[in-house]
Amino acid sequence: MSAAVEILPPDTRDESSRRALAVHRVREDFPILSQKVRGKPLVYLDNAATSQKPQAVIEALQRYYAVENSNVHRGIHLLSEQATQAYEAARARVQRFVNAASTREIIFTRGTTESINLVAASYGRRHLQPGDEVIISWMEHHSNIVPWQMLCEEKGAILRVVPINDDGEFLLQEYEKLLNPRTRLVSVTHVSNALGTINPIGEIIAMAHRWDVPVLVDGAQAAPHLPVDVQALDCDFYAFSGHKLYGPTGIGVLYGKARLLDAMPPYQGGGDMIRSVTFEKTIYNALPYKFEAGTPNVAGAIGLGVAIEYLEQFGLENLAAYEHELLSYATPAISRIPGVRLIGTAREKTSVLSFVLDGVHPHDVGTILDREGIAIRTGHHCAQPVMDRFGVPATARASFAFYNTREEVDALVAGIHKVIEVFS
Amino acid sequence: MSDLRELYQEVILDHHKNPRNFRILEGANRTAEGYNPLCGDRITIYLQLQGDVITDISFQGVGCAISKASASMMTTRLKGKTRAEAEALFGKFHRVVTGQRDLAPDGPELGKLEVFAGVSEFPVRVKCASLAWHTLRAALDGGSQTVSTE
Ligand SMILES: Cc1ncc(COP(=O)(O)O)c(C=O)c1O
Repeated sequence: MSAAVEILPPDTRDESSRRALAVHRVREDFPILSQKVRGKPLVYLDNAATSQKPQAVIEALQRYYAVENSNVHRGIHLLSEQATQAYEAARARVQRFVNAASTREIIFTRGTTESINLVAASYGRRHLQPGDEVIISWMEHHSNIVPWQMLCEEKGAILRVVPINDDGEFLLQEYEKLLNPRTRLVSVTHVSNALGTINPIGEIIAMAHRWDVPVLVDGAQAAPHLPVDVQALDCDFYAFSGHKLYGPTGIGVLYGKARLLDAMPPYQGGGDMIRSVTFEKTIYNALPYKFEAGTPNVAGAIGLGVAIEYLEQFGLENLAAYEHELLSYATPAISRIPGVRLIGTAREKTSVLSFVLDGVHPHDVGTILDREGIAIRTGHHCAQPVMDRFGVPATARASFAFYNTREEVDALVAGIHKVIEVFS
Repeated sequence: MSDLRELYQEVILDHHKNPRNFRILEGANRTAEGYNPLCGDRITIYLQLQGDVITDISFQGVGCAISKASASMMTTRLKGKTRAEAEALFGKFHRVVTGQRDLAPDGPELGKLEVFAGVSEFPVRVKCASLAWHTLRAALDGGSQTVSTE
């Protein structure tokens, strides 16, 4: 594994070259980054869609299937015991990663989307009555909009939306006005995938709690880029995806306070989630298994645990600081380009740059950058209300990870100039 | 750069910047809307159809250079053509942008529309080039639903 930022030679005086050296070594941990696409070195700037995987994660998956594969919680043979141990060790790692009080509060899901749907289907179905209200914000990903729309439609409840300002910031005062005795749940993103805005999530939670309203935090874009402490935040639910956290696809997490989870009905029925079944009566299993029906994604959970272990050798604060430095370098470099308009200029941001270019559709920007080996996302980023709010059909979005470099930002700037040249 | 120049030919960039027949058609008796959810492109095609002949055609909408230029050049090409001629052109156009020209090399000459041949090197952009044509077909068929490329 590579050297952490802080264990580099202390006599390396120049701050930026010190960082560059560390990144150079970090990049070697990610085999995909050394390849060429279309004859050019890959510049991967689509990390908000999914991040790349370090060798340690790839090897963990390979090792699992090569020597450990077995079903969990049901075999008395050695392999099953080992697989169960590894699966539960991954859960414990996730628990420490988000500082949950207990592993009972960590439920493995397919990803953020399933985590949110679980809460909507279980907690939401149980607690919503006609005329009740659910609050979300204008900057939600579709996966934190549609489950609530479906639930509200089913229950005759009302979906309330907190507006955002022209910088893409959550409006706390407007939110305060929406909270009322009919509010049953608040579900808000920690970090916006389309804008990069970091929301004042602690205040959002505290304000809801004054009304005794629980809060679900969509942490899909936050968990990979900020240290998360669910107890300090006092959030009631926290959802995130493994694949954006340098882990495998198909694995995600729902954190929930044990008190709430205990009182919630199961989400799906099947094996593993029961204690005993007769045709007359089924007794559900204890947490967290009550919410993990069927054979889980054992390899995925193990891979996620290894991804977290990989990140923790650097410290999330250090990775966040590096990414912030990269954002501070990229923001003026991109916004200086004639015709570029940044979408999402909040004071508090993760390393996401959404932009539009005068007279050029984002799709054309994406195609031309792709020919330069630069991977960005173009489109509505599953956040159409955000696009409507800013009056654009789509944006081009570059999103950075700790393995990206200033040279790659320079390549992006050069690529955008090429777009302008083609269209001039 | 060369395949980019193939895609973004001068003609295409010109039609993108100065789209022809880019207006609402007063007296249109057929319209249809097209939508590409992948990139958010939206287009409306207006037709004046007399018997089997497209006597006038226009479009409106937002989209990338490829979809806008394709719509613009389609309208200039189709004015005065019959429904059957339009269908045959679409068939040929579609084969060319999907790189399947050899499947049926005969059919009408594409003429200026040949500039879209470069799209075949960019599979994700085929939908951009064909959105206007799909929408045209919906308008000819008389449906009033939005056609989607997905
Ligand atoms: C803010 C946010 N929420 C939810 C999701 C959905 O995550 P997944 O597709 O991994 O379930 C995403 C990812 O696209 C996201 O960025």
